[in-house]
Amino acid sequence: MSKFKKNSSASQDIPTAALPDIIFMLLFFFMVTTVMREQEILVKQVLPKAEQLSKIQKKSLVSHIYIGEPRNIGTYGEEPRIQTNDVFMEPDELTLFVNQEKDKLSEAERDRITMALNIDNEVKMGIVSDVEQTLRKSNARKILYKSLRGVQN
Amino acid sequence: MARNKERGTPEVSSGSMADIAFLLLIFFLVTTTIANDKGILMTLPPPPEPDQPIVEFQERNIFKILANSNDQLLVENEPYNKPISELKDDIKAFVLNFGNPDQEGIDTYNSLPSQMKARAKQSPESSDHPKKAVVSFKANRGTSYDLYIQIMDAAHAAYNEIYAERVGINAMEFLELDQSNDVEKRMYLQGRAGIPKAISIAEPDK
Repeated sequence: MSKFKKNSSASQDIPTAALPDIIFMLLFFFMVTTVMREQEILVKQVLPKAEQLSKIQKKSLVSHIYIGEPRNIGTYGEEPRIQTNDVFMEPDELTLFVNQEKDKLSEAERDRITMALNIDNEVKMGIVSDVEQTLRKSNARKILYKSLRGVQN
Repeated sequence: MARNKERGTPEVSSGSMADIAFLLLIFFLVTTTIANDKGILMTLPPPPEPDQPIVEFQERNIFKILANSNDQLLVENEPYNKPISELKDDIKAFVLNFGNPDQEGIDTYNSLPSQMKARAKQSPESSDHPKKAVVSFKANRGTSYDLYIQIMDAAHAAYNEIYAERVGINAMEFLELDQSNDVEKRMYLQGRAGIPKAISIAEPDK
């Protein structure tokens, strides 16, 4: 045992002088990657899982639509609702939303607008297909079913 | 002016710097949501025109998937009790059947690698050739979105695996191909040549 105790004269302290620098580096990483949510989502959002996911090429072309059961059941009821920006909408009102979103883009990009559908797992297909039909009519035909990577359990 | 002669160089104690940084770090850790803008990309068909001619399809060229409000599946007119992961293989077999290919179909067939050629069953009851094959999915208004995504995932997986196998990569790599890169774009187009991704979603019953 004495073999290990021989060289105990060396200092055993780990230098902590660089610790703040390391922490700052981490801090900057998280500050840069953080995206503050610009809107409050008023519906439940548990996205489905899938494997064949594609990445969006250009983020400025994407508009988000949220569908799910309202979080505040007391006020809005239990039926799944459609949320865009900060308001609930009926499926046929979506045309207006699509046109507003298209107006934000330059003329050349208008046809490439992608609608990201953030749809909760538990929603039934009825409302989803209503939304799809409206998007079809309002000529926003590229859609992205937002989902997480993973295998269904 | 009264001056304190004892004052040395003023120094801010930096001992608590690490603590402050930690605090900020934890704040950002908690508030961060790494944005995931990923999903299944699809293009909807253009809105129907009133005088649109009805295109006739032969029964054998359509791979029919029906889902009811209890999330039960009817695939090719038979109840489907297998796990959904096997649906993908059925769709692949259907697309690459080459039952009755025309000249274009034969060209597509000849461009396939040999292990894919071997899998073509050439059954007269399944699709003529990939260009004519359509995967049709019809859900009910009561079908869950979860099942819908699983079916869409399986259908896309079938096509992506076919494309990927043609250029000798796997489906994940095929999805990651960068369209702005010439070499990768050529691979992408080569994978898709002659085999359109024909996934049709019928409007659900009221």
